[in-house]
Amino acid sequence: MRPTAFIGARLIDPESGYDGPGAVLAADGVIAEVARGTSLGDMAADIEVVDCQGRILCPGLVDIRVKTGEPGAETKETLKSACLAAAAGGVTSIVVQPDTDPAADDPATIDFILRRARDIGLVHVHAAGAATQRLGGERMAEIGLMHEAGALYITDVDRVIADSKVMRRVLSYAKGFGALVAHRPADPYLSAGAAATEGELAARMGLPSVPAIAERIMLERDLALVELTGAPLLVDQLTCASSLESFARAKARGLPVTATASINHLCFNEHDIGDYRTFAKVDPPLRSEADRQALAEAVAAGLVEIITSAHAPAPAEDKRLPFDEAAPGAVGLQTFLPALIELHLSGEIAFIDLLRAATVAPARLLGLPAGRLAKGAPADLLLFDLGAPYLLDADTLLSKSKNTPFDGRRLQGQVLLTMAGGRVVFRA
Amino acid sequence: MTSVGLGPDDVRTRTFAFPARHFISVTDLTIPEVHRLLDLAEAFVAVNRQPNKKLDLLKGRTLMNLFFEASTRTQSSFELAGKRLGADVVNMSPRASSITKGETLIDTAVTLNAMRPDLLVVRHGSSGAASLLAQKVGCSVVNAGDGQHEHPTQALLDALSIKGAFGKVEGLVVAICGDVMHSRVARSNVLLLTGLGAHVRLVGPPTLVPQDAARWGVEIHHDMKRGIAGADVVMMLRLQMERMQGALVPSTREYFRFFGLDREKLAAAAPGVRVMHPGPMNRGVEIDSDVADDLRVSLIQNQVEMGVAVRMAVLAGLAARLDEQA
Repeated sequence: MRPTAFIGARLIDPESGYDGPGAVLAADGVIAEVARGTSLGDMAADIEVVDCQGRILCPGLVDIRVKTGEPGAETKETLKSACLAAAAGGVTSIVVQPDTDPAADDPATIDFILRRARDIGLVHVHAAGAATQRLGGERMAEIGLMHEAGALYITDVDRVIADSKVMRRVLSYAKGFGALVAHRPADPYLSAGAAATEGELAARMGLPSVPAIAERIMLERDLALVELTGAPLLVDQLTCASSLESFARAKARGLPVTATASINHLCFNEHDIGDYRTFAKVDPPLRSEADRQALAEAVAAGLVEIITSAHAPAPAEDKRLPFDEAAPGAVGLQTFLPALIELHLSGEIAFIDLLRAATVAPARLLGLPAGRLAKGAPADLLLFDLGAPYLLDADTLLSKSKNTPFDGRRLQGQVLLTMAGGRVVFRA
Repeated sequence: MTSVGLGPDDVRTRTFAFPARHFISVTDLTIPEVHRLLDLAEAFVAVNRQPNKKLDLLKGRTLMNLFFEASTRTQSSFELAGKRLGADVVNMSPRASSITKGETLIDTAVTLNAMRPDLLVVRHGSSGAASLLAQKVGCSVVNAGDGQHEHPTQALLDALSIKGAFGKVEGLVVAICGDVMHSRVARSNVLLLTGLGAHVRLVGPPTLVPQDAARWGVEIHHDMKRGIAGADVVMMLRLQMERMQGALVPSTREYFRFFGLDREKLAAAAPGVRVMHPGPMNRGVEIDSDVADDLRVSLIQNQVEMGVAVRMAVLAGLAARLDEQA
């Protein structure tokens, strides 16, 4: 593979905070040189040169919450279609979720996913393993063997581990192997059957709803179990103001906890379900505008350190249903970057902070070398045009499912080129 | 074994009266008394290796084995110990289903007491049951395992096996591996072996080692190789099947992969390491047959032999006290 030189770029490195002119040389799959404000040193003759023309060159995005349908529901999404969508969206590392069919609750399934991804050879695909067998919330899955097989973290994804004894054991058992556990805080009894967040809007629309406090109830339990076991916890998708308060207190006390926010909950509020738009039905349901603002502030303040696309493909037949029967979730790999830019342009969060939360912060948590513009880091690069607005047409998305609440929205941030491991995997 | 040349006369000179009427916990003996007991047990080992194993220290005494939990080896070990000392031995195994805890246990005790046994060996599934029984009967009570609390004669026989193999216990590194949480064997061994000056480590997944065990004067390890690195003795514990299917451990194969003793992990131990197991073993779960059956490293058969001798010593000590009180 020929080395590639990106010259005349505006470099943004979320690790060092550098934002300015520069150039990057990628060779042998890694970043061989980063030149800030200056041009690259001696360049060999046999080199491919990409003139960035002042556009932004940053590390490829790292998305740690990506659902596919493989194995088991390939009509929704395959690993290949997810990789194509990721490449087109500037996402160079993804962590696929274990809620497949069968669930990725043993080392063989983890191995299958990683092998398939290697054959596809586009972006870096990592896997998370299930916390409990068949995501049933009752019996522990083979956490040690999955960790050894390469599972980056342990999660039951959208399923809640209601039994505190099971959750305690999962936390302490995983800690023995140095495996990270993620858990989505939601009281399963309060949220059973809910399609929207409890409030005036849901009451008026006549939708079954869950009070936002259901999130805080489970979060408080999880934080207490972290205190008991000393095990680190990744809090999967914080969405509302009251749980952010609890989370802030726990962090201030030094508990080993990290939280994620999804672009859906950062960019939309409950009113976006408007006229029963099922594309805006996500899980947890969209919250009030006050909650959305609190979440954006928490990201800006660094309290919530990681942003994910919460990519959840659902085919049209699962979405074209009455609102409370429709499947929740939205695809996000190709709207990840535009969503970050929208949050930046609205003035709510500085771009460097957004980029950090979508690159180096998740990479560091999971022990990946990605997410940095630094010599020796993997050559995972994203070149994009901040200025070019376009209208999103869901049908142009590369995911097998086209369910996105951004459909028809005016977005900015056109991906021009994506490089993963030194190979160009997308070029506009 | 240092028993060469020892005989029945040594038994008589070494026998001493126990400090208390009952033997419920290893802490019922002081460390000097433990040493005396191990010396006495060595004399019994010699006797047991002779064609005529019969002694009369317990002649006329009645020993009752009261096992609420099924046990083959411990019960027959106590039975043999009693018979070789000349006692009349009665085995009782009240069916667990017909017994409920608390009052009925005391009722049983009162009934048995009326039969005037001299020694009552009891095993029960509840921690503290032996102690409760001891408060209600007039005879001596020996704890043969109470719930997840203690199994003191097992710890003594383990110490005797270690002493036989190494000539001492003091200064040795002993790694106790597996289901410490539910193990009375582990609790008794921690008390006894640390008391005898061994460096004890507890090794197992966090779900099987009590968080607070760090305060027992032991090291805790969740990585088996690190836990048995440089160990002189590796003591494996039995893991019950129902704890392996996702409740505390995800699966048998995951347990064996990370916490089962095989050659590869054992290579991290000290040269000359010896392997122990209180039995019965789950082969391929907590221990590989390859290791368990290797007589160069395995002390498992030796443990069974030491068990009879140690129990003879305990019964002799308690009987000596009964004689003194008479």
